[in-house]
Amino acid sequence: MSEDGVAAAAAVERVATRIEAERDHLTELDSAIGDADHGGNMARGWAEAADAVAELDDPDAATVVKTTGKTLMAEVGGASGPLFGGSLVFAAAELDDGITAESAVAFAETYLEKVTDRGDARVGDQTMVDALTPAVHTFKKSIEVDELSPLDALAKAVAAAERGVAYTVPIRASKGRASYLGWRSVGHQDPGATSTLFILEELLAAAETALNTTAPESADATSPTIPDEEA
Amino acid sequence: MKKLINDPDDVVDEMLEGMVAAHPDRLRRLPDTQVVVRDDGPLDDKVGVVSGGGSGHEPTHAGYIGDGMLDGAAAGDVFSSPTADEFEALIDACDAGEGVLAVIKNYEGDVMNFETAIELAEMEGVDVETVVVDDDVAVEDSLYTSGRRGVCGTILVHKAAGAKAAAGADLDEVRRVAQKVVDNVGTMGMALTSCVTPEKGEPTFDLGEDEIELGIGIHGEPGTERTDVMSADEVTDALTESVLEDLDVDGGEEVLTIVNGMGGTPQMELFVVNRRLQALVDEHGLETWDAWVGDYMTSLDMAGCSITVCVLDDELKELLGAPADTPGLKRQ
Repeated sequence: MSEDGVAAAAAVERVATRIEAERDHLTELDSAIGDADHGGNMARGWAEAADAVAELDDPDAATVVKTTGKTLMAEVGGASGPLFGGSLVFAAAELDDGITAESAVAFAETYLEKVTDRGDARVGDQTMVDALTPAVHTFKKSIEVDELSPLDALAKAVAAAERGVAYTVPIRASKGRASYLGWRSVGHQDPGATSTLFILEELLAAAETALNTTAPESADATSPTIPDEEA
Repeated sequence: MKKLINDPDDVVDEMLEGMVAAHPDRLRRLPDTQVVVRDDGPLDDKVGVVSGGGSGHEPTHAGYIGDGMLDGAAAGDVFSSPTADEFEALIDACDAGEGVLAVIKNYEGDVMNFETAIELAEMEGVDVETVVVDDDVAVEDSLYTSGRRGVCGTILVHKAAGAKAAAGADLDEVRRVAQKVVDNVGTMGMALTSCVTPEKGEPTFDLGEDEIELGIGIHGEPGTERTDVMSADEVTDALTESVLEDLDVDGGEEVLTIVNGMGGTPQMELFVVNRRLQALVDEHGLETWDAWVGDYMTSLDMAGCSITVCVLDDELKELLGAPADTPGLKRQ
């Protein structure tokens, strides 16, 4: 039995539960700027992914991640399928030899690269990249430069993503459905950045459980408080 | 709103079932997918040409499967992109070893799902090239938008690429002529009414009895300008001038024109529009080589039309005039 596989499967289960709990919240964010389907699509996709992972026979971490990605790709409509799911499929190979600090950094970097390439989005476009980029950069720096433990590095990454979500509010969308709103997109929190943060928070909680440390505050299934406007 | 449907969730599935049942000698559906391919495909020694996108635009895309056009098409839910795994199944099913050209309308969902599918197919050794169609001149292509949309001009890309592939050209050549169409075609549409999706059951935007919308897309999204009702000639003038300005014609060129119905417009009205369109083409010193009138790229039951102009050279004339035998388009 692969311990990494068990931990990865538990993480997928946690994400599915969290996204379901945030379903209406995500839909509300999306209805302000898009077509109001992000909450429903993501909840359905992650629920199916958790089911698919549960049916795997003694999987390793890479198989869990790949299965999750393939299911999201098939179940989540629009651009979210390739962005959330396709990127996982391609990044999964980085975990072929199990989860280590080194492979986790490689996985995060490949995932970010796939999302930015596929979506042709950069920081400042008011997309999920605004949450993902600071999270991945902070994670890598925390591991490679500051030599923090993977858990501490992940906690810093989550905090960075949270600031990234807040950053989407006062800027104008240049990619995604919100971009069609032009200047009216300013003042709205990006739904994709928000769901990315939820996923990262659950990864942290799952990692803490797997490594037998104290459950953190972020395991609570509520959203962080992001100001609607500049204070 | 009354609709000739059963369960809204089953519309696409039941439509595809009925479409294949209407053409059992031509079309085949891949099991457990919304992918339709030609029954006798993939054809040996021929580049595959595939497309796909949301449903609601019939006969686009599956209606253009057959000799001289597409080898297969993936149908998404109404106005939603097919998923990447469906696109991947489509590409795999249409590859005979010569590679596949994917014709993609420029919408983020379509582009991203197709690109993901292509990357996966390439890992399996399939050679895939793409062409992205963005013929809608109503949308400004700028840093702040996702670019111009792919609309009715896509049919001409299917036609030219399909004819080139049927003639035995390699993948690079098929892609080259597809891109040539994209570079020389422009479209602009208008709506008299919004459309009603099966899911929602009511118009996707409100348009007053005395209003029309110019610059609409094909998904019930609002257009670029709302004006008071205009006559057929005034509408035709507005659409055609925008298209010709974008194409930057000098006069003397030969063109193919399309008056495309959005799904809820009588042929009578489309011909009225075509009458004015041909007069305008003449006024601009252009020569119509072929004029198509009909429902090619629809938006469910939307009333309205789009006008497409494609500037031709000898190669495009040969390809667009080549034989085609599909449920939605036949050329002898």
